[in-house]
Amino acid sequence: MSAVVVERVKAQFGSKVVETTSFRGDESIVVEPAAYYQVAKFLRDDPACDMSMFIDITAVDYPSRDARFELVLNLYSLHKAHRVRLKTRLFEAEQGEVADATRPTTVPTVSTLWAGANWFEREVWDMFGLKFEGHPDLRRLLLYEEFEGHPLRKDYSADKTQPLMPYRSGPDVLGKQRPFLGDEGMPFGRKDWAPRDASWSDDSLGDPEDAPPPDGTAPV
Amino acid sequence: MEPNDYDIDEADLELPTEPMRLNMGPSHPAMHGTIRMILELDGESVEKVDVQMGYLHRGFEKMCERGTWAQVFPYTDRLNYVSPILNNVGYALAVEKLCGITVPERCQYYRVLLGELSRAADHLTCNGAMAMELGAFTPFLWMMKAREHIWDLLEEETGARLTHSFFRIGGAAKPPTPNVKARALEVCDAVEAICRESEKLLLTNRIFLDRLQGIGTVSAAEAVQFGWTGPALRSTGIAYDVRKAHPYLVYDRMDFEVPVGHDGDNYDRYMVRWAELYQSLRIVRQCVEQMPDDGPVNVDAPELVLPPKEQVYGTIEGTIQHFKLVMEGPKVPKGEVYSFTEAGNGELGFFIVSDGTGTPYRVRVRPPSVFVLQGFPRMIRGHMIADIVPTFGSVNMIGGECDR
Repeated sequence: MSAVVVERVKAQFGSKVVETTSFRGDESIVVEPAAYYQVAKFLRDDPACDMSMFIDITAVDYPSRDARFELVLNLYSLHKAHRVRLKTRLFEAEQGEVADATRPTTVPTVSTLWAGANWFEREVWDMFGLKFEGHPDLRRLLLYEEFEGHPLRKDYSADKTQPLMPYRSGPDVLGKQRPFLGDEGMPFGRKDWAPRDASWSDDSLGDPEDAPPPDGTAPV
Repeated sequence: MEPNDYDIDEADLELPTEPMRLNMGPSHPAMHGTIRMILELDGESVEKVDVQMGYLHRGFEKMCERGTWAQVFPYTDRLNYVSPILNNVGYALAVEKLCGITVPERCQYYRVLLGELSRAADHLTCNGAMAMELGAFTPFLWMMKAREHIWDLLEEETGARLTHSFFRIGGAAKPPTPNVKARALEVCDAVEAICRESEKLLLTNRIFLDRLQGIGTVSAAEAVQFGWTGPALRSTGIAYDVRKAHPYLVYDRMDFEVPVGHDGDNYDRYMVRWAELYQSLRIVRQCVEQMPDDGPVNVDAPELVLPPKEQVYGTIEGTIQHFKLVMEGPKVPKGEVYSFTEAGNGELGFFIVSDGTGTPYRVRVRPPSVFVLQGFPRMIRGHMIADIVPTFGSVNMIGGECDR
């Protein structure tokens, strides 16, 4: 079913399709960021694809890759009952760096194609710091304006706290505990963010001295 | 004395007006959950709404990246906390899809049985709260009484009223209790009797109907654009239900209907939930008939499922297996999948990425109620402030799921 869609996109966009995968019944297409909007529009308008319903947009952070972010757009066709995952790989926007066409950091918004994408692109901006060109209202969705950083990036330490109001000081008259501090709580689980499997990075992991400390205390 | 304003033009007597801004929430009795709305008003009618969410944001997706795959279950309980079983099942199915395993038939029926009871509880809560906000307190209490019946059963089965963490990767925490079938039928009958009675109280009430009909109307095309799923989408006339369109577990063996509305207004959303509730009870009854009485509940995969306690305390292999699963987590193969189920509010999707270790690399949840909430400004445009209350009630925003 969904394989038809993949074939259609391949035939239409040819070299702009970086790769396609089929895993456990999920079809996904990776395209170049320059073609992302056209492919999305094609998926919506082409009668054989007919992706009328916006399902989800999110991102995954692979800090060891050169193109660090993978933007993931899930689509569904109500009439044809097939799904496809459209992905594109984006680079991290460095502050003060001149825009480099070979290292794209943004893609056009798809909220013009599906109204439902509006808030979820805001969420991707909020959580990952990826910008969408032409988005009508790119504010943070879940976090507050004063929040610094983008928490779902792997180099944002899970321990980090940013209280809007300072913690109460003075004697602890009620015997209440203060909230967890950065180095308290959650002693279990993963604290380093580098992928365990080196084959995940499409380039070398870089100079080991540049690597973040394994205890997850990497600065934002 | 002569009046001196004879020659003033009528138009000049109009006072200049400008839209008024009113802040509603984040802590407001009608905003069940914590959410803020900034209304732009013309008189008493709403021209524009800016919905600001996130007050209950706890970093669900970030937390998932720290523990093991199994440690995500308690977090999923707190997504849609009115029907935690459905979230447990949704996440368990996602991980099972990535592992390429299917749970035994008995467990599939068990998941459907408890899941449909949870869905009934979810719809009862939504409809009850909506009625209560319009002043109908008695039906609300009746529906809560019905929900108590369901939660009593869930407590007997899972050990917890609300945060079950019951369905796990590859099965369930415990096998069904011996009298689950008899109890499920009892609960179905009790719930149905209460529902029929509260239906009579509400659906012939002029005030209640006037507050719902024709308010918050959304067309089918708009609903699809917004990515609506679940009862909200079906109220506009589109019969998309994941259980029918892409059957999972044993839904393909169940005989049930997908109720649809046609106007997409508050009344239709209310009635679709109401009709679905009866369908859920129907599915539960069929589960009771079809569910095998014995057989395994957990899949035979020692690398994913905790061993029985006798083995943990009695054999060295069991101890080691338990230790490895608890400390390192079940190893989920490398890859990424998107898995979707029908939760109380619509399509609950989990997009999970694994790097082959015992810890999730990324867990993304598609929260159905956010999509409906996103359409809220469109639904309320042109209506009165008082209409916000039932319209927002029919959205069924659940803070835990919305803000994650």
